[in-house]
Amino acid sequence: MTATLILQNIFNGIMLGGLYALIAVGYTMVYGILRLINFAHGDIMMMWIYFAFYAVALLSLPIWLAFIVAIFGSAFLGFLIDRIAYKPLRNAPRISALITAIGMSFFLESFAVVVFGANYKSFLKVFGKHQEILRKYILIGNARLPVLTIIVIGITALSLLVLFWIVYKTKIGMAMRAISSDIPTTALMGVNVDMVIGFTFALGSALAAISGIMWAMRYPNFFPYTGFMPGLKAFIAAVFGGIGSIPGAVLGGFLLGMIEILIVSMVPQVMEYKDAFAFVILIIVLLVKPSGLMGQKMMEKV
Amino acid sequence: MRKLFLFILILSFALMAIAEDVVKIGVVLPMTGGISAFGKLVWEGVQLAHEFKPTVLGKKVELVLLDNRSEKTEAANAVARAIDKEHVVAIIGEVASSHSLAGGEIAEKKGIPMVSPASTNPLVTQGKKFVSRVCFIDPFQGSAGAEFAYNYLKARNVVIFTDIEQDYSVGLSKFFMDTFKKLGGKVSQVFYKTGDQEFSAQLTVALSRNPDVIYITGYYPEIALICQQARALGYTGYFLTGDGADAPELIEIGGEAVEGLYFTTHYHPKGAVTKIGKEFVEKFREKYGRDPAALNALGFDAYLVLIDAIERAGSLDPVKIAEEVRKTENFEGATGVITIDEHGNAVKSVVINTVKGGKFDYVTTVTPGT
Repeated sequence: MTATLILQNIFNGIMLGGLYALIAVGYTMVYGILRLINFAHGDIMMMWIYFAFYAVALLSLPIWLAFIVAIFGSAFLGFLIDRIAYKPLRNAPRISALITAIGMSFFLESFAVVVFGANYKSFLKVFGKHQEILRKYILIGNARLPVLTIIVIGITALSLLVLFWIVYKTKIGMAMRAISSDIPTTALMGVNVDMVIGFTFALGSALAAISGIMWAMRYPNFFPYTGFMPGLKAFIAAVFGGIGSIPGAVLGGFLLGMIEILIVSMVPQVMEYKDAFAFVILIIVLLVKPSGLMGQKMMEKV
Repeated sequence: MRKLFLFILILSFALMAIAEDVVKIGVVLPMTGGISAFGKLVWEGVQLAHEFKPTVLGKKVELVLLDNRSEKTEAANAVARAIDKEHVVAIIGEVASSHSLAGGEIAEKKGIPMVSPASTNPLVTQGKKFVSRVCFIDPFQGSAGAEFAYNYLKARNVVIFTDIEQDYSVGLSKFFMDTFKKLGGKVSQVFYKTGDQEFSAQLTVALSRNPDVIYITGYYPEIALICQQARALGYTGYFLTGDGADAPELIEIGGEAVEGLYFTTHYHPKGAVTKIGKEFVEKFREKYGRDPAALNALGFDAYLVLIDAIERAGSLDPVKIAEEVRKTENFEGATGVITIDEHGNAVKSVVINTVKGGKFDYVTTVTPGT
């Protein structure tokens, strides 16, 4: 394998890994605070794509406004899902909430089939004249780095900064951290726990929405099950990096993307099984280091 | 008393159904899922043909549409449902070869004639009595594609993208390779599967071989993404594909990236030669407000060929109908003059189209045996 080829594969891996990382961050943030694996995360990303699509197609908003409106729409959807589906289960065993989350994921997919139709739609229309950016690249040596990759990394970094700022520098962030360690005590301190949890979901959904922007730019065909596979992959990435740890999710995402790309390019005989490798990684991680690469050992609260 | 009343009610309904005397034809298509655009196109064609010829043997024809959700298992289930529950006398379907293989197995076992509008893999009809088709088969499509690549595009080095999950794609790739190697060209293969979205790894491998042409044998959703990502990796050569690209969605998803793509297919309105072919274009424009695509025309033809066979059979006996379908000779359809051989395959020309200015444009026609 030549140097160019290796470099090109690394670029490809960064692109895919960046997308996984961005989705995994939202996953892991909600888990870190609420100890709930929100399986509907990928589907909220899918809903964002539809929201943005229709905001441009039906309301003919300018792209940037449509994107922002859709992000707020998704955040509100996340808030709503928490109110309707998760809140009644706040004191139920954790497994009930997990099953509800899976049910929510199926519900959103079926809802999209009924409301938006089961056919593929194209996001290119949304970009209109701006679609050239999707094919632009920078030549480094003989390898090509798509401009989109740089945008993905930039957006991931920016989202992380904003996320850290909210969690560590704001009042509501302090409440979120408090909830992550002890809900009843936090409530005793006069914090409106339901509001804070709702906000956490809204924030997680906004992150899912932002990853939706990137996903739709890279893969402009979408349909109601678009969020399913990326959701699973991001979940694997989050577990890989240590679920609950935000830097871990980023690392896990990049590693997973890189591994997928390298497997296909180094062992072309197994190209068609690349998805299977992601799941093999999940099994190995769970066997060898259940807390993930950067996760802390967690004590089960009694 | 109430039970008796109910019984009479049901009986009278049943009698009414018999008295109405309709001929039910099942239409099994991918109306949702990955290749739903294909299902929609064929269905439009079938409906138009139904308006064209709404009766057979003096009875009304009733179309029963069943969705296979673009899945192999559903493809078989839908055919079974059409036969067992809807009691259809014949079936039009399906589109993807892997679906027709799964569904055809059931039709064959239950002895119900099936006419596929667009499944091109040879295995679809092979060894079967009841399954036929109104389209050419892939050995011919593959060799026509290879000759076009070698002679017209002057390609000497081709990389093939094969969708490992689709019988159609695996078969077409092989037939293309056979001919292209015979012509003296260099050819190699990379793989993906239906539903994949990231192709940069395969493309990096493919582009390191410096191909003049990338030949993609899958269906339009993946073709569009492969083209887009290939251009993003700096590929400037040609794209060539099979008839799996032939849906307007290719251009919708692929945008400018599929501009200049060539594909082998069944039909272009500009190539319409028969009287009914011209009439079809007119009627189609009137009803749907746009030009017909290949699958519109093939759906139209599948229905007419089937109705013609029923008429010649003179009864609704499934064995006779299946036999008559295979005796179709010089039948004038929308896609041209159709003759079906004793193996159930239509002998037809391959049309080569390209994407030009965001629309499908006609390039040339390749007739068999030339």
